[in-house]
Amino acid sequence: MTTAVRFDGVSRHFGSVKAVDAVDLAIGEGEFFAMLGPSGSGKTTCLRLIAGFEQPTAGEIEIFGSPAGGVPPYRRNVNTVFQDYALFPHLSVMDNVAYGLMIKGVGKAERRRAAEATLEMVRLTGYGSRKPSQLSGGQRQRVALARALINKPKVLLLDEPLGALDLKLREDMQEELKVLQRSLGITFVFVTHDQGEALSMADRVAVFDQGKIRQIGTPQEIYQQPTSAFVANFVGSSNVLPADLVAQLGSGHAQASLRPEAIRLVSAGGHPAEIIATSFVGAATKLALQMGDIRLHALIDHRTHDCEVGQQVLIDWNPEDLHLMDGGDE
Amino acid sequence: MSNVAITSQPRGDGILARLSDALWRRPTLFLVLLLAPPALWLGIIYLGSLFALLAQSFFSIDEFSGLINYEFTLKTYRELFIPANLDIIIRTTLMATCVTLGAAVLAFPIAYYAARYARGKWKALFYLGVMLPLWSSYLVKVYAWKLILAKEGILNWIFEVLHLTWALEAYLAIPLIGGNSLSVSYSGTFLVFLYVWLPFMVLPMQASLERVSASYLEASADLGAKPLQTFRLVLLPLALPGIIAGSIFTFSLTLGDYIIPQIVGSSRLFIGQAVYTHQGTAGNIPLAAAFTVVPVVIMGFYLWMAKRQGAFDAL
Repeated sequence: MTTAVRFDGVSRHFGSVKAVDAVDLAIGEGEFFAMLGPSGSGKTTCLRLIAGFEQPTAGEIEIFGSPAGGVPPYRRNVNTVFQDYALFPHLSVMDNVAYGLMIKGVGKAERRRAAEATLEMVRLTGYGSRKPSQLSGGQRQRVALARALINKPKVLLLDEPLGALDLKLREDMQEELKVLQRSLGITFVFVTHDQGEALSMADRVAVFDQGKIRQIGTPQEIYQQPTSAFVANFVGSSNVLPADLVAQLGSGHAQASLRPEAIRLVSAGGHPAEIIATSFVGAATKLALQMGDIRLHALIDHRTHDCEVGQQVLIDWNPEDLHLMDGGDE
Repeated sequence: MSNVAITSQPRGDGILARLSDALWRRPTLFLVLLLAPPALWLGIIYLGSLFALLAQSFFSIDEFSGLINYEFTLKTYRELFIPANLDIIIRTTLMATCVTLGAAVLAFPIAYYAARYARGKWKALFYLGVMLPLWSSYLVKVYAWKLILAKEGILNWIFEVLHLTWALEAYLAIPLIGGNSLSVSYSGTFLVFLYVWLPFMVLPMQASLERVSASYLEASADLGAKPLQTFRLVLLPLALPGIIAGSIFTFSLTLGDYIIPQIVGSSRLFIGQAVYTHQGTAGNIPLAAAFTVVPVVIMGFYLWMAKRQGAFDAL
């Protein structure tokens, strides 16, 4: 597999703020790659480094093998879907979508045809003559997508593209984007702070924190085997057991993560705990449990268990669900 | 739970408290009270005098008695088109056009910097720098410029020190824009107009550039546009309402001014000076009024053209 984007010790510092700090990264061609992290973790800066809006203060970036240092954004075969969509307000939807082709000097009739085809691809046939201000959020999002895709970029960068949409629309768009990426075979680099979105869409996920990548892996790896407390917490709010408790349980001496759904209520054996809060989350009930001096979260099937606040319960889990973590000590 | 008052504060008994309660219940009345004074001012004093002016321009002056003949006629307007008067109109319009273009070119980088890059104290410094000239008397500034541009003035002295007097003389030898010295040439008038009206171009331009989000420019570059293309296709169209607003100021202020061309410039008249002389010593109020209508018509035509060209589409 060819490497689409490679970061080699890339840093971007703004004065004393290390927005991106010594990041190494390789994104394969045709991959759906997600950059996941809280705000201010450096994921958007990484995207802007690929687009060329920022220049690294140290390190090398390569795009399809050629060094990107000093190459301005308009000479990169990379297109961006902006967080605020950045549709030109003075141009019609058609002119917005055809903008890249117009810059390339493609004739009027041909770019009109291409724009119409691209609008059809994002299911906006017939919207060409409208102004962006006359569209809904979801439609604008698709126009932004069409405007980028019409240029047939080698890498498509998406900066929190679904952040402004409401839940139902967001889920539809997640699916649509995934289908589109498969059929076009373009490398997608997707920035999000929504762990569910990253896990459900991406082939691989990089978890960012404080300008550094904490873990890179497939969604399954990130979810099931977090290597640090930060990743365990941020991705799917795993429970983190302190090292001395893990040692007591006889599973080694390191922090360990335990997924909420791995915790079971048992009638005998197990560890005593008290239910201190319950919340209904649809398919299950989420319990907050106090076990000694640590607090755990558990997902319990409410059809098989009655859970009341203040109730004393016994909890247990399979030893193999406890994952020791080597990195990070937050 | 018995009889808990729904108001968190006790109902005020003061006349002000009752008045504000009453106004809160009748928002329309509040709006009317708020808008009445400015509407009266605008309607009676401002528009009223404008219509009085318009009416005056349809009267004529009796050439023998010098008295105003209060009968509707287009004779005064016909007088505008005699060559001497037409010259004045063309001269003033050309000057206003040049000043507006000059101001737009000069103001854009300043406004762009202020909108895009200046933050905190640099922004304060920008506002101070742009507004400071407006704090001093207009007459003082114009006379200061006369001293700068005069034959014995600072500019001549600088050219002399730099051994460039020949260049200045070659420039002054150019017909039309040249003259005996800069202070008695159209170039001098242009420079002073440019200086005095520049803030009126910078401020609206900066306000409109402030609203152009940086991501539009990034998106344009991202789609392959080189900086000059981004300027032409995105930045300029989006900043156009501000540029038009600024140009309305610089254009109409230049069209109406009668002091600058009198102090700095050749003795040839501009519209403002023509109005001044006709309503004063000549006592020809109808012609003065007709001259005043000219800038109004030109501005109206200008705005109509700008609208037709889609200058306000980005609003």
